[in-house]
Amino acid sequence: MTKLNDYDKAVETYEPVLGLETHIELDTNTKMFCGCSTVFGAEPNTQVCPVCLALPGALPVANRAAVEATIKIGLALNCHIAEWTRFARKNYFYPDMPKNFQTSQYEEPLCEEGYVDVVVEGREYRVEIERVHLEEDTGKTLHVGGATGRIHGATESLVDYNRAGIPLVEIVTKPVPGTGALAPEVARAYTAELRDIVRSLGVSDVRMEQGSLRCDVNLSLNLPGDGWGTRTETKNVNSLRSVERAVRYEVRRQSALLDAGERIFQETRHFQETTGETRAGRSKEEATDYRYFPEPDLAVMEPSRAWVEELRAGLPELPRKRRERLQASWSLGDKEMQSVVNADAVDLIESTVAAGATPSGAVKWWLGELSRRANENGDELGALQITPAQVAQLQGMVDDGRLNDKLARQVIDGVLAGEGDPADVAAKRGLEVVSDTGALEAAVEEAISANPAVADKIRGGTHAAAGVLIGAVMKATKGQADAGTVRQIILDKLS
Amino acid sequence: MSTISREEVAHLARLARLEVTDDELDAFAGQLDVILESMKTLAEVNTDGVQPTSHAVPLVNVFREDQPQPSLSREAALSGGPDTFEDRFRVPRILDEEA
Repeated sequence: MTKLNDYDKAVETYEPVLGLETHIELDTNTKMFCGCSTVFGAEPNTQVCPVCLALPGALPVANRAAVEATIKIGLALNCHIAEWTRFARKNYFYPDMPKNFQTSQYEEPLCEEGYVDVVVEGREYRVEIERVHLEEDTGKTLHVGGATGRIHGATESLVDYNRAGIPLVEIVTKPVPGTGALAPEVARAYTAELRDIVRSLGVSDVRMEQGSLRCDVNLSLNLPGDGWGTRTETKNVNSLRSVERAVRYEVRRQSALLDAGERIFQETRHFQETTGETRAGRSKEEATDYRYFPEPDLAVMEPSRAWVEELRAGLPELPRKRRERLQASWSLGDKEMQSVVNADAVDLIESTVAAGATPSGAVKWWLGELSRRANENGDELGALQITPAQVAQLQGMVDDGRLNDKLARQVIDGVLAGEGDPADVAAKRGLEVVSDTGALEAAVEEAISANPAVADKIRGGTHAAAGVLIGAVMKATKGQADAGTVRQIILDKLS
Repeated sequence: MSTISREEVAHLARLARLEVTDDELDAFAGQLDVILESMKTLAEVNTDGVQPTSHAVPLVNVFREDQPQPSLSREAALSGGPDTFEDRFRVPRILDEEA
């Protein structure tokens, strides 16, 4: 059983140092070094050719669009774009890579020395980027014969090379010290910001759940004043929430080991989505020796400064600027806007406003009731089965007086349960504020005759007592009355 | 005296997934020595200020436009594999039993 320290105790004693390696699959039409299509979901081994299958004599040629996309990413991350850069072979054997080497970049990445600024709890952290380089993805492996498709215990594996050779951009940060207890949040904020930057560039759909953005989390701990500790690298971290959890888990695990006087092994670990643990990879191979060497089959690249400047001039509005613009147009304070960003709700709220809701209404639902639901299920806000248009419709029904907040929450239940749009759910479940004053007046009369003593109090001027009658009417109408209207009817009748 | 040891040859063979017998280790160590000795001759040339050559042809910026080209048929693609199953290449298990 892995011993874990209390998180707060751990960060009182040790200083975490983060490092993040992110892989982003570009959404070019064709692969990195050949003209095979990259359309997702094709039948196995139908988007392969002599180049990406590594048949003898096949020669790769670099995809211009992928190089441009990588330069754009580098520019958006404030990097220097290399004047001279080349590909390199990273040699290793694995069945998902038919060439027995991955075409990557080694000492001369396309982009270097950038940074991303993120704000966490009102403080700005600069995450420095070491390099952004271009490489290719591997094929997909299906493990059979073992339990539930896992590699352990499998008797054989089946390989589909459709994904082999799809352009992959790797973004590596420098070690990030100084985050203290907020290391998990900074890791998450960086990943979210990187994702938003790349999405704004339109070069990848950066969907973590589909694997077009994949994250490896490096973490080490050291005592204040000591040099940096030994780091672990956690792979298989497939959501923003998992990034946070993986960092937190490693802080707790490593600090327990260090407290016990044990040492940390530099190793690759795998994040377990279901339990939130990280587990050591079980293979005990000798230290990796990739024997990188310059790729002789691909020409050196010398991105001209004119090309780089043209790409820079064509960069779209980046997320930070966009957030400033939206914050102003939504009239939100810094704290409120930060909550929106932390909840990953900027796009959702923008779409909800575009669908007709007021900014304050959109913010209220996404940060309130809907965030609460997402947290209950351990989901990301965007994973909820409700669209911005549906939220806008819901808010419209509240604005029109057709729903009160209590009914609106029941409508949300229905929408999340897949019963349709808010209007459909309200109709099917009979959830509408009773606006028929005749029906309300009858309910009020009933409440008055059932509570004569209370009615006398109100007649005597104790208006606060009206709450009892309002409660009775709400009960009688199953919560479908507007409390303000009911109160007015009661006071009118009893004064 | 060999400048390349048996252990180094064994390591290289493992990296290249080559099975090498004990006798071959000695033989290859000797042969690799000859190659390294020959390279020393080249090392005598003064290369101060000369960029290492990775490409013999002075070409730069050779790019392909992002236009899809026909792929192989699946039958043709799979025909080169030693074993296939359900439209995929079949390979032996990746991790050893005890792993």
